[in-house]
Amino acid sequence: MPITIGTRDLIAILPIAVVSLFGLYLLLQSVFAPRMNRIIIPYLGIVGVVLALVSNFVLIGMDTTAFEGMVRVDRLTVVLNFVFLITAALSLLMTISYHEQERVEFLEFTPLVLFSTAGMMLMGSAESLMTLFLGLETMSIALYVMAGFRRTNRHSLEAALKYFLLGAFATGFLLYGMALTYGMVGSTNLTQIANYFAQNALDVKLVALIGLGLIIIGFGFKVALVPFHMWTPDVYQGSPMPVTAFMAVGAKAAGFAAILRVISLSAFSISFHWTEVMWVLAVLTMTVGNIIALVQDNIKRMLAYSSIAHAGYILVGIVASNDMTVPSVAFYLIVYLFMNLGAFAVATMVAGQNERRVKIQYYHGLGRTQPLLALAMAIFMFSLAGFPPTAGFIGKFYIFSAALQSGYVWLVIIGVINSLISVYYYLNVVVAMYMHQPVDDKKLPGVLPGVGVVILLAVLGIFYLGIFPGTMLSVLR
Amino acid sequence: MEMASLLNYTTFLPLLGAVILLMIPRTEEVLIKSWAFFVTLATFLLSLPLFYYFDGSQSGMQFETIKSWIPSIGASYHVGLDGISILLYVLTTFIMPLAILSSWTAIQSRVKEYMLAMLILETGMLGVFISLDLLLFYIFWETMLIPMYLLIGVWGGPRRIYAAVKFVLYTMVGSVLMLVAILYLYFLHHNFTGTYTFDLLKINAIDIPFGLQFWLFLAFALAFAIKVPMFPFHTWLPDAHVEAPTAGSVILAGILLKMGTYGFLRFNLPLFPEASVYFAPLFLVLAVIGILYGAWISMVQRDVKKLVAYSSVSHLGFVMLGLFAFTVQSMQGGLIQMINHGLSTGALFLAVGMIYERRHTREISEFGGITRVMPVFATLFLIVCLSSLGLPGTNGFVGEFLILVGSFQTVPTFAVLATVGIIFAAVYLLWMFRRVMFGPLTRDENKKLVDLNGREIATLLPIILFIFWIGFYPKTFLNKTEATIARLAETMNTAKAELQQEKSSPYFKYFVWKSDDR
Repeated sequence: MPITIGTRDLIAILPIAVVSLFGLYLLLQSVFAPRMNRIIIPYLGIVGVVLALVSNFVLIGMDTTAFEGMVRVDRLTVVLNFVFLITAALSLLMTISYHEQERVEFLEFTPLVLFSTAGMMLMGSAESLMTLFLGLETMSIALYVMAGFRRTNRHSLEAALKYFLLGAFATGFLLYGMALTYGMVGSTNLTQIANYFAQNALDVKLVALIGLGLIIIGFGFKVALVPFHMWTPDVYQGSPMPVTAFMAVGAKAAGFAAILRVISLSAFSISFHWTEVMWVLAVLTMTVGNIIALVQDNIKRMLAYSSIAHAGYILVGIVASNDMTVPSVAFYLIVYLFMNLGAFAVATMVAGQNERRVKIQYYHGLGRTQPLLALAMAIFMFSLAGFPPTAGFIGKFYIFSAALQSGYVWLVIIGVINSLISVYYYLNVVVAMYMHQPVDDKKLPGVLPGVGVVILLAVLGIFYLGIFPGTMLSVLR
Repeated sequence: MEMASLLNYTTFLPLLGAVILLMIPRTEEVLIKSWAFFVTLATFLLSLPLFYYFDGSQSGMQFETIKSWIPSIGASYHVGLDGISILLYVLTTFIMPLAILSSWTAIQSRVKEYMLAMLILETGMLGVFISLDLLLFYIFWETMLIPMYLLIGVWGGPRRIYAAVKFVLYTMVGSVLMLVAILYLYFLHHNFTGTYTFDLLKINAIDIPFGLQFWLFLAFALAFAIKVPMFPFHTWLPDAHVEAPTAGSVILAGILLKMGTYGFLRFNLPLFPEASVYFAPLFLVLAVIGILYGAWISMVQRDVKKLVAYSSVSHLGFVMLGLFAFTVQSMQGGLIQMINHGLSTGALFLAVGMIYERRHTREISEFGGITRVMPVFATLFLIVCLSSLGLPGTNGFVGEFLILVGSFQTVPTFAVLATVGIIFAAVYLLWMFRRVMFGPLTRDENKKLVDLNGREIATLLPIILFIFWIGFYPKTFLNKTEATIARLAETMNTAKAELQQEKSSPYFKYFVWKSDDR
């Protein structure tokens, strides 16, 4: 069968292509260019991401498939592309500051971020299980390498190995699930899978359900749902801070993109089969994440458990399984992007060289020594805890209203109680910053410009989406 | 100027002031304080025309603004004032400049952040009282928590962190369930009418079946009962009050507690009238327990501030008694008692703050005979104490009298029990006053105390003016609330009849407990 690739096909993957090509170019640049040029590689990476962001505007309004039904471009694709690209851009900005702080240059780092981003975007625009898997692996392999980038650090190596082993393990589940699904449906195309489930909604074969279950497990590892979350704290703790941020936001968003595509949209007509499973997973994920986060004294581990809890909140939107699912999950991912990247940016600044100062006690008295940094961190913490008028509130509010629309009163009650528990550990950081005296006199260096820009953008995003969410919500609907 | 836009300007003026305050360098402490005082004073002056032009003979909303805010989910910026909120609104703008004056010398560190928190807090509080959109209300309600949390946690006493976190967590326990109830109402309104809206007035128009009212009432009531605080939920209050800086206590007692009782009047009674009637006995019992228990606990306190804090539990019990007796008089009394408590208890906290600033202790046993060295203070403090215990001629008498007369008509037993509470109020306040102010001047430290300065007198005098104004001529204030409360009382009477009818149905019990099967 001859495969013809037209302009339309190429436009559909324009942002992905831009990012990938830039990644390849920078990889060569870092090998061949003289040492002087190496400093500008992250900047060039940001240029590539910005170009991809611009090209993403071309896709707005499209609703089509490309490459013989392998890639889909719709509103969700565009929104997810924005999420991944903004995450990549902000993570690269953090990387620049991180390099200055650590006095090292991770040459291959920028290309890896770009490849990983391309993988995420591929997942977001997957129309076939094959594309999805391709994207997932592109993203994951780059991330495995990035997690181990502090190669002299024991924790970083542990993180890389753990992430790789468990990731590979999860991939096995996923692939097996995909194979079973393919076996039943006879196609990897998501639309055809959706049709199959719609036609056989009342009499789904057990094999297809097992396939779906294995797929859920596979994605559950990627987005760190309880009980598939064991790798998260160690990997988050060991990875270099910008990688942790990139992973916590980007990889999680990509995982949820896949869940939206495969479970929420394709298996929509048999939602009664999987919502109960998801219900249990959501409750477990929220509760375990929040309760373990209560006792963390390391900011990275705290944020890791908090990210597990947030995966639980997002899952509440998936459980809802109605017309509010996609907009509410997408909105939450956008909000989560800003507040989490912001928090990691502040943590990078406070951690200092070699990430020595990651314990909460190093935040004592930050309100006095670094008033603006502390204020920003307080805003991120309040947003993560879901206080209005920050975006974190609107995000949770929207997710919970989606679930309530489908009648999940108890799930929402468990959700809000969880959100209450989370207030305690987020406030703990605020308490440390404003209500304790500094532990040592060590003066923090001024905020580096790269991180400063990330923090500023995150604060603006949080307040804009928190006070005027109207525009964004109507775009997503 | 048009009144509706004046209401908006007044509400957001403190926030604007806070933004400008950000630009003042932190070393210019006097300028920062003066600016904050100026902004709050201007807010108060701007709110006076609102009070003056408010038409008390209308029962509906006045000075309304409706602007689309998040159209895709049907949330709007809908604000306005009615007879329930007008007095509380003006009370807030009135208390704030005094709170800032009271912290003039008491706050030594991080003055800029302190004043920022105060100004943001004021906009939050004003927003709570004017919001007529459930989502908007919730946002103001929660936003306000953050500055108050910081006020207690950063500028508070030795156990401030514990108190601040407890304050936030307690308040949030209630409010997250209220959020679920708000969402539930939102979808319920959609089921009834086909449109999505958070507009309180529109949601008010639907007739919610009793079985749902039951649960929704409880969800809202928990949030407000914690805030009031009603008897079993009051344990956060003494901690928060004792640890908060003086101005924090004044605002907490004067305004934040009123949001609980305001919430009952604004949401619980009109939205769920039948459930309110159904639960009224429970709330009356809790109110009376609060009155007596609060008074008894106050009697045995050794710390003046703690004594005043527990007296709030007692006073707010009176308010709740008035609200749940459902007569025009008792509810009007409850409303005016909210204002009274704001003034009197606010003034008590100010007075306690003044002696604390001089002696750095609040133990009653450390004092005695202060009258001899601080005669002006003694006079003002006595007036405030008397108003708090409800002496005729002061505001406290008017409120308590109206509540008792009103509630005697419908729930005489509770009214009689509550009357006993007034006696205890006299006991704990006067006994405290005797031990602190009268008797021999035994301690050397107390001999050197200086009397109030001009600023401190200026902080207390305006409150004393209103103590007597309400005491002698409450009509100015009662007039504003008359029509709104009358309509609410009518709603409650209809609900009583309807509930009676429903109770006679054999399915009643089943209906209540099975209604959540959705």
